[in-house]
Order: sequence, then C-alpha cells, then structure tokens
Amino acid sequence: MTVLILGATSPIAQAVADVYAAAGFSVALAARDVEEAGRAARDLQIRHGVEARGFAFDACEDFERHAALVSEVEATLGPVDVALVAFGFMGDQQASEEDFEKARRVIEVNYTGAVSVCEAVARAMESRGAGSIIGLSSVAGERGRASNYFYGSAKGALTLYLQGLRSRLASKNVHVMTVKLGFVDTPMTFELETGIPVASPQKAAQAIFNAQGRGVETFYYPRFWGGIMGVIKSIPEKVFKRLSL
Amino acid sequence: MSTTTWASKSLAGWGRYPIVDTLCARPESQSQTLKAFHDRQGDALLAHGFGRSYGDAALLSQGRVVLTRRLKKMLEFDEASGLLRVEAGVTIGELIEVFLPRGWFVPVVPGTQFVSMGGAIGCNIHGKNHGHAGCFGDHVRSMEMLLASGEVVRCSREEHEDLFWATIGGMGLTGIILNAEIQLQAVESGAIEMESIRFNNLDEFFQISAESSDYFHTVSWIDCVKSGAQMGRGIFMRGRHASAAQARTLSEGPLERVVELAQRVLDGRAFESNVLLNRATIRLFNEAYYHKHPAGEHHSVVGYEPFFFPLDAVENWNYVYGKRGFLQYQMVVPEREAVRDILKVISESKMASFLAVIKEFGDQDHGGLSFPCGGTTLALDFPNFGEPLLTMMDRLDELVAEVGGRVYLGKDSRLSAEMFRRMYPTWERWREVRDRWDPQGVFQSDLSRRLGLTPA
Repeated sequence: MTVLILGATSPIAQAVADVYAAAGFSVALAARDVEEAGRAARDLQIRHGVEARGFAFDACEDFERHAALVSEVEATLGPVDVALVAFGFMGDQQASEEDFEKARRVIEVNYTGAVSVCEAVARAMESRGAGSIIGLSSVAGERGRASNYFYGSAKGALTLYLQGLRSRLASKNVHVMTVKLGFVDTPMTFELETGIPVASPQKAAQAIFNAQGRGVETFYYPRFWGGIMGVIKSIPEKVFKRLSL
Repeated sequence: MSTTTWASKSLAGWGRYPIVDTLCARPESQSQTLKAFHDRQGDALLAHGFGRSYGDAALLSQGRVVLTRRLKKMLEFDEASGLLRVEAGVTIGELIEVFLPRGWFVPVVPGTQFVSMGGAIGCNIHGKNHGHAGCFGDHVRSMEMLLASGEVVRCSREEHEDLFWATIGGMGLTGIILNAEIQLQAVESGAIEMESIRFNNLDEFFQISAESSDYFHTVSWIDCVKSGAQMGRGIFMRGRHASAAQARTLSEGPLERVVELAQRVLDGRAFESNVLLNRATIRLFNEAYYHKHPAGEHHSVVGYEPFFFPLDAVENWNYVYGKRGFLQYQMVVPEREAVRDILKVISESKMASFLAVIKEFGDQDHGGLSFPCGGTTLALDFPNFGEPLLTMMDRLDELVAEVGGRVYLGKDSRLSAEMFRRMYPTWERWREVRDRWDPQGVFQSDLSRRLGLTPA
C-alpha cells in the first residue's frame, strides 16, 4: 500500500505521513524542498521500516509535470492507494489587495495547483477503480471574510471542486474526502494568541487517518469547528459584514 | 522564501521560576533553523528544547530563543551496531519507543523521558548508572552544529575536539546542536530486575551503596525531614536490565506502591495554590512514603518506566508547587561527611524538601561546565519559600564549595558567579574554547550572564 503526500514538509503532512508509515504504507513525499522531503523519508524508513522517498513537486510551477509525478511515484513505490493534498499558502491579505500577482499566487497554489494534481491522481485511481483522495481545505473557505478572502475563496472553491470530484468518482469506487481544519499547531498559528484550543498535528493526523479508513466524506477537525462554522454561516450577510471578522 | 516568524512567548524552566517573555521562533526543519539564525537581527540567541531544565539555563530574557522541539528527524541508523544519528529535538522517550522493540536502549537516561537530545548533551545529563556508563556525552560520537559564524560544522573526539568537549555539558552556549550521532546500548528487554531496600540512616545507605557495585543502576530516595539517629533514612533501589525470560515475570512491587503514592500527591493539575505543600504535608508524605515500603529487601521485575521515570505519569507535576514555583538544589560532594552537614542544615532550617534523591557517582569527571564527578549527589526539591530559602541555599553553596563539590547548572536559577568559579575549577579552559568559537557572544542565556560566562 502506498500513500502520496503532496506538500510533504508541513507539520500536518509529516504527521499524516508518520501515521500511514506506522500502519505499514510505503510513503511518497512530494515537496518543493526535495532535500527536506528526502530527510523526512529517511526518518520514516528508520522509525517504521517502510519504503519512503522524496520527490520534487511544485503546485504551480509546472502543471504538466503533475501527471508525470504520479506515474513516477507509481513506478517506484506501486499504485497510489491514498493521496493527500496537504499544501496550501495563506499569503498576505493586505499585500494581495495591493498587488494582484500576490493574490494570484494564493489562488493558484490553493486552488489551481490543487485541482491540477488531484486530476492527475484521480485519473490513475479511476482507471484502477480504487483509491482515496484527501484534500485539506479550511474553515476559512466557508464564508468570505474581509481579513482573508483570497485564501478563503480559493479554499472554498477547493471544497466545491472536491465535492464535484466525489460525485464523479463515487461510481468508480474512488473515495474523496474533504478535511476542514480549524486551528492546528503549525507555523500558521504559532503567532496566534487565541482563546480557542489549538490541536497538535499528531492528533489531527490520526483523525484524518481514521476518517479516511471509515470512508468519511467531509469532516471538521477539531470537531467543534463544525458547530462554530454552523453559527458563522447562519449570520445574515447584512450583519456579518459589520462584524470585523 | 519568507522571513522567520518571531512570536513573543512566556518561557520558564520546569521549576516555573523564573518566568520570562522572549521572542521565539519554532523552525520545522534544519534549513528553517539556519534561517532563524540569520533573521535574529543581531540579537543574542539560545536553543530551547522542552524546558525540562529547572531554572534559567534555557531562558534568555534579552534576546531570541529558537524552540527546537520540532527538529526530530531520524537521519541514520545502523541496525547491526546501534549507531544512530538524529536531530536534536528528538526526546529520550521517543528514542526508547522506536528502538526498544528492536533491542536497543538509550545508554544514559535522566529522571524524565521528556527531554530533548540536545538538552541531554547540553547538560551532559547523568542517570542511575553513572558509575558504569558515565554521562550522556560519553555515548555521543559526533555532532553537527550551527556556530556563531553561521557555519555548520561537524565535531567529534577527532574533529574540532575542543568544540566537541565544550559543547558536552556546555549549557547550549557554544552553538545550536542540529543533530548528533549516539551509540545505543543493546538490551534483551526493557524490564528492570530490581531490588529495593529500606535503610534507617545515612550510614546504612553508604553501606548498601558500597555493596551494590555489580548493579548497573542505583538510586535512593531519602527523607530529609528526619534528624538525629533517623537522619537520612530512605529506600535504596538497584537494578539491571532483565533478560527476556525475566521480563516475562513482570510483577507489581513495593516501588510501584510508593511511586503511586507520589503520583497521587503530585497530581497538581487540581491545585494552583501555595498552601498544598508545606512542612507539615511534606513530613506526612515522607512518613507515608517510607512506610509504604516493607522493611528489608524486596525483589521484583518492573517495567522501565516506573524505574527510570517514576513521575512522568503525572503530567505537569511541577504545578503542585503553585504559582510561586519551586527550586531544585542538586549538588555533588566528594566527602560523605559533607552530606551529613548538608542534611543537618536543611532539617534545622525547617524548610522541607518534598522529594530528595541521593546516589553515588562514579569517578568520571568530564570537566568544563559538566556536573558529575566522583562523590555523593543529592537532589532536593523545595517549594519557593522565597528569601529564607535563597539564604539557606547560599549556606549550602558554602558547604559544597568548601569540600570541592559543585551545584548542577541544569537545575540552578540562583548560584552566584563567584561561587560558580570556586565550584567549577576548569571553567576558564571552557571559556577559552567558547570565546574561540563565539567571540562576540552570539549564544547566551540568563544563566550564562548570571555566572559571567558570556557578556552581560
């Protein structure tokens, strides 16, 4: 069994890789920093005695390479049973408002790049009639907010895309899962002073692994975020735009 | 590439005294660590692992701190020889978890498994087996370090051996340890075949200690409330790694019973007050602890966790001391008589130590800032009684320095620079090496400034 992790150097991605390796999966770690991915692969080999390898991957540098990457991984480690799209880019809202090139990067990494690589994975899984695709979306994609609407809209689009992909692949025995993460203890949240509990990447990873195993389609982690977002989505637009969220 | 994120965080050692606010970065990889170094904007820098040193060894109030806990990749492992290279943020507990099932154990472990390997090297930690195995640093083959110059350099006993020597026990002041190569110890099982023996006074302790040289691990708990004929009564524990056959006979011994008692008392999450631990409750606890153990000897085979890490089962037991925190005083003295004098001062002071641990070290002395040397070591946990406690500790310093002993810097938050110089006679040689590799004093800590080891 093989898991492909796209965007493998983030703490959540590494924690997920660790959980799958512990379960005996071979692991393909695809990342821009291929040297770091190689170190992470070595770590998995030592800890769990599984096959693991680093692969060069850039979400938007070269879309044509995405299909080639999937073939390369499958030729080296065998058919991909589980693929995790873990990369993302928060960007800077202010800078994105001033310079569209900055906004475009946020959109392309979080949406276009994710779609491109998901399609490549989906084609391989569809032809075999087996597999599971996990997309890390975000609670930020549930409602447009003044403070991060470039990132939020791209993640929101990704959520919709995954929904459509799920419909398309349902009859082909390919599982698609959308994960909406709240605060997890990563570089993105390191600075935050928040009253809301921050989950460890290890716990998030275990939850993702368990949910994928059960064939869950959409889930929030930590789970209470489902409730929070329910409330946030129910606030009328007229009121919502006056809230400084 | 984006610049390093520095966030203001409150940091403290395990004693929760002192607590300081510092700009912190938490790199996720070696390359981000190098980046943080370059993004420090000329400030002094210090690596901080899991904050299990007690005082201010891993604190830096005017400067920046690099949290190394996410640097935990395992880089190389030789199944045949047990030689392992890992990044500095891997904990002792993680090493045991990964390698014990393959027949390897960490050769020297402290009283908690929640310490990073970088911290274990920086404090040159000792375990219950100092006489047989020396310190943690004795099992380190080489290290890769980020130096004040910004270079990454490998050092070992053959390569830059001055840097290697000064980094082991160097309290994190020679650079940031990125990764290290250590030699694991082959074991048949993780279980410990052990004997626990109740002793009535200090003379009996020394006698049993002398008869225990063929036990790999030895440690004792003593009651430092008692005075007179019962001064230094306690429980002696000695053990060795059990064979695979013995490991199958794991039993519940008196050690578990006393550990369980300590755990119940120390489960500090429910308390945030200063009233829980006072002389009366400590006296009661010591009485109960002593009598929970049956008189005489007791044989059992126990898991490694209750033997090596009896308090780890209680998360945040340091909180039992309340907001004021606590101070640990650990010293080593080469003369037995001095132990008696020290216990006398403590018992007369009416300031009780909750858990006191005593053991005899082997003769190995690493030199520099490294703590262990031949003699008897005593570790005492005092609730932060404030001024009277600090005054008594100054008095203990005198007694310790007088006989050529020293205080453990990894547990200190109040030793004076003058006293430090008396206790660590080879500190100047250490300082010379440090100055050579870090002439501007890039790496500093509150401890190093207090002791005059780096620019103030």
